Amino acid sequence: MKLKIGKKDVLFLIPVIIFLSLWEIAGNLAHTPLFPPLSRVLAEMFRLLENGILLKSLEASLLRVLAGYILGSLFGLFIGILMGISRIAEYALRPLISMLFPIPILGWLPLLMLWIGINEALPITLIFICTFFPVAYNTFTGIREVKAEYIKAARTLGASDWFIFWHVIFPLALPNIFTGLRLEAGMAWRSVIAAEMFAIPVGIGALLMNGENLIRVDIIMTCLIVLSIMSVFFEYIFIWLEKKTTGAWR
Amino acid sequence: MALICLKNIANSYCLKNINLTIQDGELMVLLGSTGAGKSTLLNVIAGLTPYEGEVYFNGRNMNLIPPEKRGIGYLFQDIALFPHLCAYDNIAFSLRAAKCPKDEVKRRVEEIMQLMHISHLKDRYPKELSGGEKQRVGLARALVRKPEILLLDEPLSSLDPATACSIRRELKQLKRELKLTILYVTHNYAEAGELADRIAVIMNGELKRLGSPEEILNNLTVNPS
Repeated sequence: MKLKIGKKDVLFLIPVIIFLSLWEIAGNLAHTPLFPPLSRVLAEMFRLLENGILLKSLEASLLRVLAGYILGSLFGLFIGILMGISRIAEYALRPLISMLFPIPILGWLPLLMLWIGINEALPITLIFICTFFPVAYNTFTGIREVKAEYIKAARTLGASDWFIFWHVIFPLALPNIFTGLRLEAGMAWRSVIAAEMFAIPVGIGALLMNGENLIRVDIIMTCLIVLSIMSVFFEYIFIWLEKKTTGAWR
Repeated sequence: MALICLKNIANSYCLKNINLTIQDGELMVLLGSTGAGKSTLLNVIAGLTPYEGEVYFNGRNMNLIPPEKRGIGYLFQDIALFPHLCAYDNIAFSLRAAKCPKDEVKRRVEEIMQLMHISHLKDRYPKELSGGEKQRVGLARALVRKPEILLLDEPLSSLDPATACSIRRELKQLKRELKLTILYVTHNYAEAGELADRIAVIMNGELKRLGSPEEILNNLTVNPS
């Protein structure tokens, strides 16, 4: 099989190469620890990898993200499905969700610090909240946007409500559900950093704060690069999953 | 024996006191302009819309029977093939819903696909099908459960004349082979004349005329109102 690489596949590389080159040149010209060149940041990144600090921090953040994200997604799916299939649940829960959904994630932090205290539950709860609302809302709208014709057709074909839900409504709501999951996959990383910066001593956010305290911009930049890679990686997992499950028919 | 019997059918927004009997094995065309109530009447028979009056299938009152248990085949105007399922899975849908064994599902789906000359389409998704192919897959899906009653809501309205003509021919053949009772909604006089055993003219939610195609269409030519 021949692998064809088109112009558009390499086009994104041009600005990236220009950006990295400019960074390297400007860093070398500036000659200040407040703006290290790319080569220095990469060297620091390898040093942190070698001595295990970066991996230990990444592992701590990753576990928090996974715990909060999985719990928030599952609960969001459950509530979204409930609201999607039951008018009573919709009328009862929609105003509450509409009210709480727009609160910025950092707005929850002082409240959660007082309620939960500074421990592992804090970042997990923050990510849970950050994931729950969008997943619930997208699941609900995905279910409600399924055309009535498909449900009518399924009924005349002898399908029970349960069968219709699992074989028609849920698969057709998947594109919306994936949108919620994908957007929050990246957002979860931003939330964990926020919690770790303010309250938790281990993690990428904590390493970032240590970098600031030591006036080590190379460490700060290393953390930002890791954060960016993890956010993109998580989003791409869902882009891949979405393509795999809905790409053939959309 | 009359297969479908409608007594004093009415609903709040469209139908007014419709009484109609459709004989076993008959192809009855419901003819009328857009908004006359033809599709609503099909939905009443399918149990998809609330109504007053009584619907009988083979002498059995169906008023309390939900759509999924009425045992009808229904081809909607926009076909409503499930976009996430390939042609094979669309057709197999009703058999799987009825928990048929896998090998029986395979046998019956392949049988109906062969009858409808669509075996080559089995792996295609609805977005990859032409208008005529969609109609054939939709018909196969409606027929695979071997319903006695088939409801068709303007099935050929969006097709080119050649494809429509070929599907009409196949429909007549299917009616004979599968001994179907068909209710066929259209606003096209020529189509009604070509297909119908009898024609029921619906206007403003009322049954205005009922008779053979000759009686109805000649009368319409003389007196179009």
